[in-house]
Amino acid sequence: MENSNIKTTGNVFVENPRMTARNVDVYYGDKHAINDVTIDIGEQEVIAFIGPSGCGKSTFLRTLNRMNDTIDICRVEGTIALDGQDIYAPSVDVVPLRARVGMVFQKPNPFPKSIYDNIAYGPRIHGLTKSKSELDDIVESALEKAGLWNEVKDRLDQPGTGLSGGQQQRLCIARAIAVSPEVILMDEPCSALDPIATAKVEELIEELKSQYTIVIVTHSMQQAARVSDRTAYFHLGDLIEVGNTEQIFTNPSHQLTQDYITGRFG
Amino acid sequence: MTLTSLLIILTVISLAFYFIAKRTVLIARSNGQVFHSLPNYYGLWAGSLAFFPAVVVLILWSIIDIQLFQSWVRDFYPPEILAAGGSQAIVALAKVENIVAGIRFGEPEAWVLQAGDAWIGWAATSTMLKSAVVLGLATVCGLIAYRQIDSDFRARNGVEKLISYGLIAASTIAILTTIGIVLSVLFETIRFFQLVPPTDFIFGTEWNPQFEGAERAGSGGGEAKYGMLPMFAGTLLISSIAIIVAVPVGLASAVYLAEYASPKVRSTVKPLLEILAGVPTVVYGFFAALTVAPAIKGLGESLGLTVASESALAAGLVMGVMIIPFVSSLSDDVINAVPQSLRDAAYGLGSTKSETTRQVVLPAALPGIVAAVILAVSRAVGETMIVVMAAGLAANLSFNPLDAVTTVTSQIVTILVGDQEFESAKTLSAFALSTMLIILTLGLNFFALQIVKKYREQYD
Ligand SMILES: Nc1ncnc2c1ncn2[C@@H]1O[C@H](COP(=O)(O)OP(=O)(O)OP(=O)(O)O)[C@@H](O)[C@H]1O
Ligand SMILES: [Mg+2]
Repeated sequence: MENSNIKTTGNVFVENPRMTARNVDVYYGDKHAINDVTIDIGEQEVIAFIGPSGCGKSTFLRTLNRMNDTIDICRVEGTIALDGQDIYAPSVDVVPLRARVGMVFQKPNPFPKSIYDNIAYGPRIHGLTKSKSELDDIVESALEKAGLWNEVKDRLDQPGTGLSGGQQQRLCIARAIAVSPEVILMDEPCSALDPIATAKVEELIEELKSQYTIVIVTHSMQQAARVSDRTAYFHLGDLIEVGNTEQIFTNPSHQLTQDYITGRFG
Repeated sequence: MTLTSLLIILTVISLAFYFIAKRTVLIARSNGQVFHSLPNYYGLWAGSLAFFPAVVVLILWSIIDIQLFQSWVRDFYPPEILAAGGSQAIVALAKVENIVAGIRFGEPEAWVLQAGDAWIGWAATSTMLKSAVVLGLATVCGLIAYRQIDSDFRARNGVEKLISYGLIAASTIAILTTIGIVLSVLFETIRFFQLVPPTDFIFGTEWNPQFEGAERAGSGGGEAKYGMLPMFAGTLLISSIAIIVAVPVGLASAVYLAEYASPKVRSTVKPLLEILAGVPTVVYGFFAALTVAPAIKGLGESLGLTVASESALAAGLVMGVMIIPFVSSLSDDVINAVPQSLRDAAYGLGSTKSETTRQVVLPAALPGIVAAVILAVSRAVGETMIVVMAAGLAANLSFNPLDAVTTVTSQIVTILVGDQEFESAKTLSAFALSTMLIILTLGLNFFALQIVKKYREQYD
């Protein structure tokens, strides 16, 4: 299964991968957005996707929980597996898959419901709880993990849209956590937040790392350097280089990576 | 000078101010002077100031002078007409106005001719004065505006103000008209209640204004009855049937169009649905009367039920079909306006399409959907033609959808069709019915607003 003719520089493979992508191509109609990408995503690691705008980071991220299925013209080739099981196999049901691979979006998008209902939404549709008190516990622990509990515990019945931007984004993370995913995908989760809210979300990512595998797309190289264990650099649909974050930022092997992180373009 | 030519001259003057002001600024600018606003705004400022005050004066003058003439002309009426008053005075006024318009029936009385001549004289003077005042005002205002032009004058802000006044004026007209209509209906209703006690009207279960004439002539035969309940029961019955048809079907098709259909299907199906709204109600009416009602009767009788040949069910069903596009088209728009990010969030948590629609999209779109339903309900309550044609005119107090019933609007039509004496209780009852109908729809709107407030889910 391991493919020897990979164009990517660095270590695409890890010891005990949680998710594996092999020779993945993505097309939007005729447009070839991802070109032959192979990469492993390790257990309990934070991996950052970086690269210039339009290089396909979001596109690749969305293939990992099949969010691209909602786009009619999008076509995915190659194999992507979660715990060794092909997630694009015909027998796979996307609904539980997305519960296992959760997603946090660029712009905070809380439901226009109460804070409580926002968190309880996932457990409810997946029937994770048998009683109200069990649901209460899930809501509390998800908010707790997202570091939001103390700020909202007295106003659980108020609309989630009434929170500040940073609180909303942490609410969205709590909402994703509430269905106990194995992997959390984050697409530029801090790009709509101010530095203080960003710091809080980064702290949160640090804490979540012990329980979840996290894939984060970011435009901020400092952020990638701060939060991630490994970093993958995309360029025009190609995966150019993957490696330990420290190595990528101090001693990149590929010329394009070097150009990008030294700010020559992007 | 006729009104048209006056308006044309006024427009020309205003345009002249527009171009002169604009040009002045253009020239000054080319000489290096710096202005706060673009030349166009100075032109608009001068032009509008020349035009709008003059137009307002023109309109007011034209309304007021006729009123004045009508009261002045009374001096010419012979004393016996003045003494008789009422309809005599109206006839006298009509005679004079005929003379003014140049129409003569036979040989008019001398006082009519005198009055007519006087009126023509007043009119000529008034027109002359009016032209002078209006055109003078336009010139003066335009000049004042023109004199204001210098580099510091903020014409752009001024024009912005003018636009906001214009918008206020437009909405004021709409509001005043509504108030006017409601008040006039209210006054006639009060007159009706002087003839028929309100309790008889509101709680009465029999409606039978046809005996009015017979009663007054003293020929017996029956007593006129003005109980509104049968008609309101009919209205509610038929509207409820229509809503039961239209809301599920309309909402489901809106959801299909907005969430499930491909863009291609959507772009063809939506206009097709909207055609339904464009079919004249008369067409729905005869469809209901000639096709649906007999079918229901046949079906009902084969099941051993007694069905009137004109039934509430037939009218309600067809009315429901008629208002489907109101529900579906508007709901489709509001569902589409729900941000995609909310759907992504739901999908990202592992919701199916229908879960996303039911639990996220529809709640977020609820206020708009309720608005669509209210519009449809008002349409159903106000609909007349289908009811007249398909549900009959029998004022039965019945909630059986298989009976013939009638509605408030169709009774108003029957009362007011043909020649009527204005003073009779029968005619005035139409106004009372209208008042009740207005109260009913206002109540519905209020109720719906409360629901929206309670369940509103605010996004972004
Ligand atoms: N729904 C879509 N339909 C068609 N083309 C798309 C669609 N989404 C993305 N693309 C194209 O695919 C390419 C990759 O887009 P993608 O959104 O993955 O870039 P990105 O790396 O996330 O960029 P950014 O950093 O700006 O978010 C772009 O060229 C984009 O134009
Ligand atoms: Mg992106």
